[in-house]
Amino acid sequence: MKNLLLVGLFLVAMSPGLAKAQIIQIDGSSTVFPVTEAVAEEFQKSKRGKVKVTVGIAGTGGGFKKFCRGETDVSNASRPILKLEMDYCKKSGVQFIELPVAYDALTVIVNPKNNWVNSLTVPDLKRMWEPAAQGKVTSWNQVRSEWPNNPLKLFGPGADSGTFDYFTEAIVGKAKSSRGDFTASEDDNVLVQGVANDRNALGYFGFAYYIENQAKLKAVPIDGGKGPISPSSKTVEDGTYQPLSRPIFIYVSKKSLDSKPAVKEFVEFYLKNAPQLVKQVKYVALPQNAYSIGADHLKKGKIGTVFAGTAEVGVKIEDLLKREASL
Amino acid sequence: MGKIETGTDYGFFHSQSENATANAQWQKLRERAVEFGMLLCALSSVGVTMGIVWVLIAESWHFFANVSIIDFLTDTQWTVLFENPRYGIMPLVTGTLVTSTIALIVALPLGTIIAIYLSEYANVKVREVLKPILELLSAVPTVVFGYFALLFVTPLLQRILPDLPGFNMLSAGIVIGIMIVPYVSSLSEDAMKAVPVTIREGSYAMGATRLQTSLRVLIPSAFSGIASAYVLGFSRAVGETMVVAIAAGTQPNLTLNPMQGAATITAYIVQVSLGDLPHGSVAYQSIFAAGMTLMCMTLIFNIGGYLLRKKYREVYE
Amino acid sequence: MMDLTSGDLQRRVQRNKQKDKIFAVIGLAATFVGMLTLAALLADLMIDGLARLRPHFFTSFPSRFPAQAGILSAWVGTTLVMLVTALTAVPLAIGAGVYLEEYAPKNWFTALIEINIANLAGVPSIVYGLMALGLFVYQFRFGQSILSAGLTLALLILPIVIVATRESIQAIPNSMREAAYALGASKWQTTRDHVLPYSMGGILTGVIIGLSRAIGETAPLITIGALTFIAFLPDPPVKSEFPFISFDWLWSPFSVMPIQMFNWVSRPQAEFHLNAAATGLVLMVMTLAMNGIAIYFRYRFRKRIKW
Repeated sequence: MKNLLLVGLFLVAMSPGLAKAQIIQIDGSSTVFPVTEAVAEEFQKSKRGKVKVTVGIAGTGGGFKKFCRGETDVSNASRPILKLEMDYCKKSGVQFIELPVAYDALTVIVNPKNNWVNSLTVPDLKRMWEPAAQGKVTSWNQVRSEWPNNPLKLFGPGADSGTFDYFTEAIVGKAKSSRGDFTASEDDNVLVQGVANDRNALGYFGFAYYIENQAKLKAVPIDGGKGPISPSSKTVEDGTYQPLSRPIFIYVSKKSLDSKPAVKEFVEFYLKNAPQLVKQVKYVALPQNAYSIGADHLKKGKIGTVFAGTAEVGVKIEDLLKREASL
Repeated sequence: MGKIETGTDYGFFHSQSENATANAQWQKLRERAVEFGMLLCALSSVGVTMGIVWVLIAESWHFFANVSIIDFLTDTQWTVLFENPRYGIMPLVTGTLVTSTIALIVALPLGTIIAIYLSEYANVKVREVLKPILELLSAVPTVVFGYFALLFVTPLLQRILPDLPGFNMLSAGIVIGIMIVPYVSSLSEDAMKAVPVTIREGSYAMGATRLQTSLRVLIPSAFSGIASAYVLGFSRAVGETMVVAIAAGTQPNLTLNPMQGAATITAYIVQVSLGDLPHGSVAYQSIFAAGMTLMCMTLIFNIGGYLLRKKYREVYE
Repeated sequence: MMDLTSGDLQRRVQRNKQKDKIFAVIGLAATFVGMLTLAALLADLMIDGLARLRPHFFTSFPSRFPAQAGILSAWVGTTLVMLVTALTAVPLAIGAGVYLEEYAPKNWFTALIEINIANLAGVPSIVYGLMALGLFVYQFRFGQSILSAGLTLALLILPIVIVATRESIQAIPNSMREAAYALGASKWQTTRDHVLPYSMGGILTGVIIGLSRAIGETAPLITIGALTFIAFLPDPPVKSEFPFISFDWLWSPFSVMPIQMFNWVSRPQAEFHLNAAATGLVLMVMTLAMNGIAIYFRYRFRKRIKW
């Protein structure tokens, strides 16, 4: 009798979570996290607890690894899926639908006491940030001779981040091509502090961090060839703030879509409510038709990525969405 | 015709001795089982190491297929995450060594002094209050210590050293030192407390002061325990991740100057594994090569520590 | 030969006494450095976080609105993970420590195990996370669960507790053991009834320091899949139907407080930073409570030692 009890206990102990079927598992970038968190929160409220959503922050790379192993249903990504990851997914038989969900406008910031910079062109920025500048371009007047001979203090995200990749691609022309002698930090709040405390500082990070700290920072209008444009929800949404508007994505597993009806509902909810939720977490929403096209892709099950496994900069979102996708 | 009492007696003894033998055998089995169980526990640590080494080697293998090991060991730049990557581990190694050395310079004297104070000078009530408070220091999440170093200690140091950059190894090292003080002090104090009271009283009987007793009698006697505490403290300092990532920065820098920022091996590993790099790329696998290097460094130090302790271990009776 | 006049001797003794007194001050000062740092940390956290410590903070799930976000899933997760960690690490470590001190022959194999354990203490926590991902999450199929997390942290703190166990067992004079053997006790009986009780104080120190470290770990848990947004709790361990206890919670996804803190502190909104500070305070109080239990036992054990 005692043995039977023990066996019973053992069996109970060994039966892993039956609740798994009702959980939507999401992981990936910590940049996309605030948006997905907002959607997950509202979705769960609307479902009154019948569906559970979990979100992790293992990073875009870690997220894709889990996604391609079939462990997550949705992957948060601050950059498009790369060739290496696409191969991994193909090997495990995981097919995905790529959906841009918001813009993260990269904002170039200087200290409010910086009274000489009114706007910056892409060549200006390139002169500051390209690899050849390392150790050489150390004062402001080396970028533009009319600027003062003050030391140039640079702040930026760490070289492992999607923000870094996108900025270097957009400004220098090749991803990861940058000088190494700048103050790097994973935590954008630290960059905010750094620029806010130093008159001669310049940094770049996501729009949300600028908006939350407007009193301490000055955003620099960027001249992408059509005149200086200040970053704002309007200029990003209508595509005039270039080239530093980067789209952020979610990738949805086709298998999860087909086998877990809750996932389909969740993603549809995501696309429908993104415009206002994205604004609430201080990111910039895509133009409305981008979400409609996305929902259409979802319905039709359009699998694959339009980026062919490499990074790309400065493409309008509507053009992106109309492209042919490949796995 | 009475019962054969003796027969019964014999029978009684017989069954007693049979029982005794059976008991003895049963007990032997139990002893063996207990010993075996404990051996398994000890071997679990070996299992863990094998697991770690397996993971590190499996991924480093692929890394070293793409990067020459000579370059890895001798190149002076670690720019793995940039275009035109260079794979010299030395900047990360110096980052690790400088922060750990500063941490030890802070923690070892401080920890030992506190241990002596708590063991010899403080009375029981004071000790039982102070010791837990100090142990609470090791409970502070490392993330909190990291921000403490960045937002509190660095500005404080910048008042004394105005040229100190926002990210620097000095702050990180000092805070790691403070963080591992409980390791050193609590374990050392335990070791000193465990020295038999006869030895301690013998010293006091000779008229020695508390300081003399501590320095000349207790510390040498408890040396093995204290050395263990030191080695543990060093290992902890070298393996610390978040404090350095937050306060010393993530920009590899080949320098021995603590007033600069630098990346340690651990900060680099965390940065990449939680970042946006694709898993499986050479850049990602560099973290395993870095991890292997760290393990080799601590191994050398630990072997040295072991040999030292073996030489000085005291046996009392 | 008698080159020490009584005057010299007096002066020497005076100097030594002075040094002694000076050291007492230094010792107190050193202790205060540690306590001051702790006080500064706590003050820092309290200034920002105290306002957030309302009951609803403890009973709410995370949210995108800082004022509504709470640590319910986080503190439940921390409690359950620490339970698994403690129940795994303590027996394993004591077993290993006792074996190495009492039973192991003094050969190269034992030396290897010893060096190995000391080395493990230096492995960065993130590497434990990477190993645990391959081993517990994938190989053993425990998944991204509380069980995996507890086991990972247990392995992380194993070296500390083993070293503390060994040192405290080593310090017990052999006369104790020999007295027990002389009375006919077996090795295990000696260990269980004489060696272990006397070494419990030191063992508990190791447990305290180890668990304190484990409760604050972030990086390895993120790697094995601890979550940052989870708006539900694991299944409760006690059920209303047979067999009344459930182990489902072991397999449940989870979050822990340091991760929640880490996420909040890197968000741009300043109000989230207040949440982070409040979480830090709660974490420290939880650790104090956990340590308090062990400290109480250590105090009781220590009082009984009389040699």
